[in-house]
Amino acid sequence: MSASISPQILPSEAETRLEVQPLPLDRLQQMYRTMFLIRRVEESLLQAAEEGKIGGAMHTAIGMEANAVGAAHATRPDDYVTCTYRGHHHALARGMDPGQAIAEVMGRATGFAKGKGGSMHFVDPEHGLMGANGVVAAQVPHAAGMALAAQLRGEDRVALTFFGDGALYQGVMHETFNMAAKWKLPIVFYLENNRYSEMTPIWRTSSVEALYRFPRAYGIESMQIDGNDVEVVYTAVAQAVERARAGEGPTFIEALTYRLAGHMAGDLETYRTEEEKALQRQHEPLMVLRNKLLERGARPEELEAIQAQVEEEVQAAVAFAEESPWPDIAQAYTDVFYL
Amino acid sequence: MTAPVMAQAAPEAAVQMRKTTYIQAVNEALREEMRRDESVFILGEDVAHYGGLFRVTRGLLDEFGPQRVIDTPISEQGFMGMALGAAAVGMRPVVELMYMDFTLVAADQIFNQIAKYHYMTGGLIHLPIVVRGQQGGGKRYGSQHSQCVEGLYAHFPGIRVVVPATPYDAKGLLKSAIRDDNPVVFLEHKMLYFTRGEAPPAEVEYTVPIGLADVKRTGQDLTLVTYGYCLLQALEAADALAARYGIQVEVVDLRTVNPMDTDTIWESVAKTGRLLAVHESYANCGVGAEVVARAYEEAPHLLRAPARRLGMAPVSIPVSKPLEDEILPWKQQIMAAVLEMMRA
Repeated sequence: MSASISPQILPSEAETRLEVQPLPLDRLQQMYRTMFLIRRVEESLLQAAEEGKIGGAMHTAIGMEANAVGAAHATRPDDYVTCTYRGHHHALARGMDPGQAIAEVMGRATGFAKGKGGSMHFVDPEHGLMGANGVVAAQVPHAAGMALAAQLRGEDRVALTFFGDGALYQGVMHETFNMAAKWKLPIVFYLENNRYSEMTPIWRTSSVEALYRFPRAYGIESMQIDGNDVEVVYTAVAQAVERARAGEGPTFIEALTYRLAGHMAGDLETYRTEEEKALQRQHEPLMVLRNKLLERGARPEELEAIQAQVEEEVQAAVAFAEESPWPDIAQAYTDVFYL
Repeated sequence: MTAPVMAQAAPEAAVQMRKTTYIQAVNEALREEMRRDESVFILGEDVAHYGGLFRVTRGLLDEFGPQRVIDTPISEQGFMGMALGAAAVGMRPVVELMYMDFTLVAADQIFNQIAKYHYMTGGLIHLPIVVRGQQGGGKRYGSQHSQCVEGLYAHFPGIRVVVPATPYDAKGLLKSAIRDDNPVVFLEHKMLYFTRGEAPPAEVEYTVPIGLADVKRTGQDLTLVTYGYCLLQALEAADALAARYGIQVEVVDLRTVNPMDTDTIWESVAKTGRLLAVHESYANCGVGAEVVARAYEEAPHLLRAPARRLGMAPVSIPVSKPLEDEILPWKQQIMAAVLEMMRA
C-alpha cells in the first residue's frame, strides 16, 4: 500500500444504480439555503472555538452538508433520526433554530439542552432528531429501537440513522444490522463516508475496501452514492424510506463525501495533503448545487440574495448565543431523573 | 420475622394472602403490567418461546404474542440500545439479561447511554426502561455467571437500583419499576427464585414504592442493613444469634439501593447504636462502604461502636463448592461479624 491514497471522489459506476429525479428549482433553492446556513454556522463555530469561546471537542461537517439536507427533505418531520457527534448539520437541516444550536455549543442557558449536552449531543425531538451521540455507533441501535416501536404500534414512521465509516468496525453496528434485517425494521442506515475515522484514513485499518458490502452479508439492500450531490442523496433516501414504509425492511446507503475541515476544532490535519483537499473541493456540495442551479436557470443574484439573508441570520444567531446568560448553577443538579 | 411494612399502595387488609414463589411473583408482575399498559414489552435472550432460562417469562408469549415478547439474538449491546430507542419514543421496554454479569457486555448502552440520556438532553427525553435479571452465587456458576452488580449500577447517577428479597416485594417493586418514567435495574437472585412467601393473589392490585426500606426483624442490639438474597441469610443468622447468644439483631431490608432510604436506617441505629451493612457484592468500594460512610457523615452521633460492612472478598468467584462457600458472605460470616461487633 502506498503511503498516501487520495480517496476517489465519485462512486464507482458499477455500484450506482440510482435514477436521479431532478427536483423543482424552488426546492433546490431551499436546499441551497439550508446548506449554506449549515456551512456558515459551522464556520462561525470554528471561529468562536479559535477565539476560545467554546470548550471541549467540537466536530464540524463542512463539506458534508448535502447528506443532511437531502435526507431531511426525503423524510417526514415525525420520522426518527439519530446521528453522530458530528451532527450539527443534521439538526439544522431538520429545522433546529441556529441560535439555540450555537448557544448550546457555547454552554449557554438558551441552548436546546440548557448547555448540558453541547456539541456532541444535539437533540431536537420536535423535529424528529432523537439524539446525536458521543460514542461511535451507539446511536445506531437507538434508531433500530425507534423503528421497532413504530412497527409495534403499527405506525408508518421510519427511523434514519447516520454514522461514519468508523462505525462499521463497532460490534453493535453488526448486531443492529442483524436484528433490523431479521425483523424487517423500517430503518435507513446512512453511512456518511468522509474517508477518515477521526485522524486515520479507513484504508489503514479496514480489511474491507467497499463499505457498502458489509450489510449485504445480512441481506440488507445496499448502495453506494455520491453524498455531495443533494439530488442524489434525496433520491436515494426517498427510495429507502419508501421501502421502509412499505414494510420491506432496512436499506443501507453509503454516501461518499468528504470532511473539508479537521476532525475537530484544533485538528493539526497531519494525515492529509493540501493537494488532496484541493481536489475534493472541486466536488464539494455547495459548489455542486450552485452549478446545478445556475445550469437550470437560477440567476446568480438570486443565490447572492439567499447568501446575504443567511449571513444576516447567522450573525444574529451568534450574537444571540454570545449574549445569552450562563445556566443557573442549580441546573447542574436537575434532569438526573425525570420527575 | 415481622410482617412486611405495608406501603400506602398495599391492598385492603381484608385480602386473603397466599403463598407464592419469587419466580411466580415476578411473572405475575410482568403479566399484569403488560395487560394494564400496551406500551410494555419484553425483549431478551430465550424469553419468548423458551420462557426464559429461569422460566420467569413463561407463558407470556402465549398471551401477548411475538410482537411484545421478543426473542433476541445474543447481542446484549444491540438490544439494550434498541430498548433505549423504543423508550425514547414512548414505549416501556423490559429487558431481560440472562445473567446480570452480562451488564458488562452492554455496559456502554447502560451506563454511557441509558443512565445519561435524560441529563444530556437537558430533560427533553426520558427513558422508562427496566433492565432485569438474576445475579449472585450459590449455584457454582463460576466467575462470569455469579457476580452481584448492584454496587456497579449504584455508582452511576440516573438509574434506580432495586434488589427485592421476598415475593411480595418483588411483585410490588417490579410493578413500580415498570411504571417509573426512569431507567430501573431490577436485580433478582438465583437463590431466591424458588423461595416462597406471602403475597396477595394474582390480579389484586398493590405496588411497593421504590426507595423505601423495610424493617424485616426488630431488635435492640445491632442494626443489620442488607437486601436481596443476603436478607434471608441475615434473618437466619439473626435467629441463631438470638437463640444461642440472646443477641437481638434488627434487620433492615433496603429493597432499593438507589435511592437509599437512610431515614429508616438512622431510625434503627438510633435505637441500637450499632450498624453492620451486609451484601454479596464486593465489599471493596461497595454499597456497604456507602452505608457506613453516610452513617459517619450524616449520623455519627448515633453510633456507639464503629460501623462495619461485610461483603464478598476481593477475588473472582470460584466454582468448587468449598471455595465458593468460603467467600460468600452468608450466615456464618454474618454471625461472626455480629459477634465481633457485640464483643468489642
